[in-house]
Amino acid sequence: MIVFIDIVLLTLLVATAISLVRLRNLIATIMLAGIFSLLSACLFMTMDAVDVAFTEAAVGAGLTTVLMLGALVLIGREEKVPGKGSALPLVVVLITGFVLIYGTMDMPYFGSPDAPIHQHLVDRYVEKSGGPDGEVGPPNVVTSVLASYRGYDTMGEVAVIFTAAVSVMLLLGVGFATKREDAS
Amino acid sequence: MKIEIAYAITMCVILLSMALTLVRAFRGPSLYDRILAVNSFGTMTVLFIAVLGFLEGRPAFMDVALMYALINFIGTIAVLKYFKFGDLAHAGRTSKDEALPSNTSLPS
Repeated sequence: MIVFIDIVLLTLLVATAISLVRLRNLIATIMLAGIFSLLSACLFMTMDAVDVAFTEAAVGAGLTTVLMLGALVLIGREEKVPGKGSALPLVVVLITGFVLIYGTMDMPYFGSPDAPIHQHLVDRYVEKSGGPDGEVGPPNVVTSVLASYRGYDTMGEVAVIFTAAVSVMLLLGVGFATKREDAS
Repeated sequence: MKIEIAYAITMCVILLSMALTLVRAFRGPSLYDRILAVNSFGTMTVLFIAVLGFLEGRPAFMDVALMYALINFIGTIAVLKYFKFGDLAHAGRTSKDEALPSNTSLPS
């Protein structure tokens, strides 16, 4: 059943991509790009990558639509019809695609138990992290990995997110509104 | 076992309606057809994820589907605001007798 769902979703994805390239109306293009993101999110869901799928849907279908519309206010609604270009871009795209596919040849198959990630550390995390005598303690393996085994990585992420939040608050001027009213 | 078949049939119907919605998004003569297509495609995604969770025996996907429903409307609201005011940063109408800007005619 999953294979059938994947085939249908990939077919729809290819159809969306072809239609996206052929359309000249930029608003319709933005709409179709949102659909493309939602389809990709569905595909990620079938591969059990729930967090990736959610990020794809939130950023691709939600935020990017708003940003693209903001750009559209500045540039107008119709794309210029390009003249007859050379075949060079097509060749470059085909070569890049071939190289990318060739690069995946060495990778283990999706969900394969022989993949390095399933042989390297996961057993130790699952068996030794939890419990009163465990290396970390919490019963949830993911919590142990995030908070202890990969603690420095998580601390860096928190710093990045905090910086982003402070920047956004500065840009929006939160906290300065009252002062401005006093001045005027 | 029978409930599995019901889930499978539901999934097929959802995929079919996804395809039909895509056809409307590709062909849609007016832009409002395409906006509606994107919005209903978001709804299809919510349904898809919910049914996929039950199909794979992981009903916890239901929560993820609910989160999708929460973020689904942002893009649609942005597009509609763009059509109504011609500007995303517009604050909206402040009083009733203020006339709408002239560029609110239906786009083709």
